[in-house]
Amino acid sequence: MTEHIEAGAYTFAYLDEQTKRMIRRAILKGIAVPGYQVPFASREMPMPYGWGTGGVQVTAACLVPEDRLKVIDQGADDTTNAVSIRRFFQRTAGVATTEATTEATVIQTRHRIPETPLKAGQILVYQVPIPEPLRFLEPRETETRKMHELEEYGLMHVKLYEDIARHGQIATSYAYPVKVEGRYVMDPSPIPRFDNPKLSGNPAIQLFGAGREQRIYALPPWTEVVSLDFDDHPFQTSKAPHDCDLCGAQDSYLDEVITDDQGGRMFVCSDTDFCEGRRAKGHAGRLGGDQKSSKTFANSFEGIWPGTEGAR
Amino acid sequence: MYVAVKGGERAIDNAHQWLAEERRGDPAVPELTIPQIREQMALAVNRVMAEGSLYDPDLAALAIKQARGDLIEAVFLIRAYRTTLPRLAGSRPVDTGAMAVDRRISATFKDLPGGQVLGPTFDYTHRLLDFALMAEGEAPVARELPPEAPAARVPHVTSFLNRDGLIETATPSDATPPDLTREPMELPADRALRLQALTRGDEGFVLSLAYSTQRGYGRTHAFVGELRIGTVAVEVEIPELGFAVEIGEIELTECETVNQFKGSRTEPPQFTRGYGLVMGQSERKAIAMSLVDRSLRWQELGEDFTGAPAQDEEFVLMHCDNIQATGFLEHIKLPHYVDFQAELELVRRLRAEAAAMREAAE
Amino acid sequence: MIATRPADTADALEGGFTEAPIQSARAFREILEAMARPGTIRRVQGARPPEPLSVAAGVALLVLTDPTTRLHLAGRADCAEVRDWVAFHIGAPLTRAEEADFAVGTWEALHPVSRFRIGQPDYPDRSATLIVEVDRLVNHGPALTGPGIETATWLNLPETAAFRANRALFPLGFDTLFTAGDRIAGLPRSTRVEAI
Repeated sequence: MTEHIEAGAYTFAYLDEQTKRMIRRAILKGIAVPGYQVPFASREMPMPYGWGTGGVQVTAACLVPEDRLKVIDQGADDTTNAVSIRRFFQRTAGVATTEATTEATVIQTRHRIPETPLKAGQILVYQVPIPEPLRFLEPRETETRKMHELEEYGLMHVKLYEDIARHGQIATSYAYPVKVEGRYVMDPSPIPRFDNPKLSGNPAIQLFGAGREQRIYALPPWTEVVSLDFDDHPFQTSKAPHDCDLCGAQDSYLDEVITDDQGGRMFVCSDTDFCEGRRAKGHAGRLGGDQKSSKTFANSFEGIWPGTEGAR
Repeated sequence: MYVAVKGGERAIDNAHQWLAEERRGDPAVPELTIPQIREQMALAVNRVMAEGSLYDPDLAALAIKQARGDLIEAVFLIRAYRTTLPRLAGSRPVDTGAMAVDRRISATFKDLPGGQVLGPTFDYTHRLLDFALMAEGEAPVARELPPEAPAARVPHVTSFLNRDGLIETATPSDATPPDLTREPMELPADRALRLQALTRGDEGFVLSLAYSTQRGYGRTHAFVGELRIGTVAVEVEIPELGFAVEIGEIELTECETVNQFKGSRTEPPQFTRGYGLVMGQSERKAIAMSLVDRSLRWQELGEDFTGAPAQDEEFVLMHCDNIQATGFLEHIKLPHYVDFQAELELVRRLRAEAAAMREAAE
Repeated sequence: MIATRPADTADALEGGFTEAPIQSARAFREILEAMARPGTIRRVQGARPPEPLSVAAGVALLVLTDPTTRLHLAGRADCAEVRDWVAFHIGAPLTRAEEADFAVGTWEALHPVSRFRIGQPDYPDRSATLIVEVDRLVNHGPALTGPGIETATWLNLPETAAFRANRALFPLGFDTLFTAGDRIAGLPRSTRVEAI
């Protein structure tokens, strides 16, 4: 009764075969009905709900030993939770990992789509906190399920229109709702709306996993994904009106870093691999002359941590 | 300036080392053993087993030790372990009527077959700190009772009421109950699924909901018909043998409430039932569960939905699990640079546009 | 009918995955690519099911079905050897077409396909997946368009009317995997099939 799993004795990719079959069936149904949230019997993973358990289960069900896995959180490979998830799969699936978007075959992400365009053969797995795009308008699952069934999305348009009435524009900056192949309204996970255009016509397979909410959904390659808008207020992307201070990119999504208490700040690419790649090619931004890396900002624990030599 | 290539990995390793040191505390103080926790923190062990949905006192004790006494963290460890266990068999329904009771009380009848057994309860202790426990002393010994022939079966109070038609009949069913650890939650849920969610639900959450029904938010006029704690045999059917064999016994707490009657001109009035069954000695949880169970039955019993939280199945079932709740609550401490930046940029732009409009108007 | 097959597949105890976690992972990736890119033809391996099942149909069953899925064996696939093999390696309860989560057989044996579950308006995922055994798979035939297809592709479907009728039910409908030897192709309900 009290026999424990020996370290290293996990089955490939941690989950038992029956669980993987259940997840795989859900993924295929998700692929067959793009944008529809398929219920699945999410398992209790050895990491907290809300920290990527859905994405981890989807990734576990898709991985093969030959994969090269990339894990990003906020666009960065080095944020603590990305590190933790990458380690989990190194340990339980023994797969190779990479930070290079172009080399990865499976990319698990939280809150970003990489800047480097994806290609056929790649799978992008999103961690999703609240998969239901209508949830904040109607908290009841029983009601929102009916709305999807009846394609009754008026409530969402009313919400967006109220934004316009109040602010003069649609005031949704992330998790911006989309309509998939003209049928299901879908939550693209809390990516900035800057990333929304990359959802559509993407050559890669995009899979979405919400563990706590027990839902999986999918976008097959080349699926048409339209961000909701109005004729007189068309969808617009947005980002901070700056260039990357490290690599000079004008077209990448930026993190803001506060550099002093006098209002000093700099803007750096949120996609650390993209930024590094540009700098390696000789591009430089306003502050790109020094040796600072965008990864320095991906995880700032380095600065405050007392170090291994004297933990206390 | 250096490049912190692996800052995240190093930070995690260091944090884990520090955590291990903190868990141990002052090394001059002897380390807790698993048997010590299992025997002397038994109610904490029971709670971890109940909410972890795994009956294994040793593992629950280990989880409590590893979690530094954080019971929700301990429940989490048990749940994550439980998921990896293969399903070898399903047991037959346990027979609580054949329970070897340590405690059995009824608030509805002064005496009854099987008797009132007070058992090891805090109920009539005066809540005064016992400083004698601070000093190490002899193990206390309970006074031996004159041996009494143990009743083979302790009948349920509700069965007496049922005989006279005074309480609704709970019709037994052989239907396989749904399994919320293997199937996604689907609403509306049947009673078996609701009970399953409640028995592993957070004790504090279920307690507060039950309390709210007593204060009028979905009132059910509950009497504790019976509360019993004891051990029952777990039996598994062996198809090859054609009969069931006992594989062990577990401790359970069962509460049956007798609630508000219903009836009409054509149907004579009858009391209704609420039910709570929890692993281990978990009395507060079992009583609370039976009150919430009864409140959730409003529709089936033809009552009005008053908007009370304890009547709202979706609200209760979607929020009673403390592992789901704590994970999602605590995830907001993860980085949200990207979405926050999106909001920041939007608010700045809206403010700039508003300022421009004000200027233009002036 | 099936071109390549080892001769020793009669024994029900044989022909399953020898290294299930790895083999099923690799096979699922092929099936995922097949379903996500309708019309593309992928190869799978690892199963040696009894006659008349193809390697690919056997692989699909091993990867996707288990005691929690109801399986319908159609036509010649409903034989003692296949039943025994399914019982030993998969444990899926066998059922009639109308209740099946998965069904396997030739197109003729599966007909009429309107029998199969198409899901419910609130749960379109509760629909059947058909594993259709065909003689060969080639990228000739009616044009396919829709999600997973950049512009258009072609596949030798056994007919078009049934798939067009199925598409008209979207988001309801069954989903299809075609198998021939070790080859597999997918046709989800979302695919639009050219009329011929």
